[in-house]
Amino acid sequence: MHTLIQAVEEQFLRTDLPEVLSGDTVRVHTKVVEGNKERIQIFEGIVIRLNGSGINRHFTVRRITHGIGVERSFPFASPRIDKIEIVKHAIVRRKNLYYLRGLTGKAARLKERH
Amino acid sequence: MLNALIGRKIGMTQIFGDNGIAIPVTVIEAGPCVVTQLRTRARDGYEAVQIGFGKRKPKNISRAELGHLGHNLPQTESQRRRAQQQGAKAREEARAKSSEKNLESQADEAESQSGVRTQARARKRRDGEPLGPFEILREVQSLGDTPVTLGQAVDVGIFNQGEYVDIIGTSKGKGFAGVMKRHGFRGGKRTHGQSDRMRAPGSIGAGTTPGRVLKGTRMAGRMGNERCTVKALEIVQADSGRNMLVIKGSIPGPNGGIVMIRKQVVK
Repeated sequence: MHTLIQAVEEQFLRTDLPEVLSGDTVRVHTKVVEGNKERIQIFEGIVIRLNGSGINRHFTVRRITHGIGVERSFPFASPRIDKIEIVKHAIVRRKNLYYLRGLTGKAARLKERH
Repeated sequence: MLNALIGRKIGMTQIFGDNGIAIPVTVIEAGPCVVTQLRTRARDGYEAVQIGFGKRKPKNISRAELGHLGHNLPQTESQRRRAQQQGAKAREEARAKSSEKNLESQADEAESQSGVRTQARARKRRDGEPLGPFEILREVQSLGDTPVTLGQAVDVGIFNQGEYVDIIGTSKGKGFAGVMKRHGFRGGKRTHGQSDRMRAPGSIGAGTTPGRVLKGTRMAGRMGNERCTVKALEIVQADSGRNMLVIKGSIPGPNGGIVMIRKQVVK
């Protein structure tokens, strides 16, 4: 990558967030603006996808709410992320856990890694 | 102060705005540009400033341009040969004269030998320091608030964050493109028994009247690789230390392509 592009991106990269791996159960604290007020919203679920690099590095979190699967993607460099809590790690054999989309209930569990 | 700079497109990335929204940006290595000529109303009929950007080896540049930039011109092959012949002739004459033991001949000899050298020294078309050679020379306008001098280096300092600029570049060549890509035609139907009409232009005119295809009818042909201006792009960041401009949005041309960054002309 060109040094100038790197110089631009470095201003926005965040180093305060923990390392997130595929299969992790995470609680993402996001800043949400409602009217004039800003509050923290928590999105908890399993990380099923890591993609991109540099400033474009994203992770996708999947959770099931009211019986409907919801996936939300966050850039690691986003200033809207307040913090990321890692609840647990899991044993997974691939980076993108798309197979979880077809599974529900007990089948959608991952083996925990201690 | 100048109203424009020449630069090189480095590539695109994204940054995050105050409210956390990702903004697509283009990074440009802009300047430093060197003033190579001042065009005056008296001599050229109009006011302008010629600036140069980028580096090139002197061997890859025409003699005309080298002379224009104030370099000492290297001899051409024929000039070198002529100088050699003249030198040889002069030496011969001098030898002949000196055999006559004439005092004057020694002065002649000294003159003829130094003659080659004075010729070499005179091969400079303009006074002052040589500039460049540059990859590109372009004329821009001076805003006239501060006088511009020959050889002056101009950097990104002429632009400020939050200002708007027009970017002029050469668009990427697309080769021989069809009408759908080149003019945004819709092509033919995909279904209802169509076979080879998917990307066809359709009719290109009426029948017997006018009996010809009108001039300017949009058809397939060469696309891209032409001068292209994108207007009113916001400057997100201007860094004189790195000669870097960060501009919101996309600009014409490939990464590494030469672009001109001009202060917004029409608001």
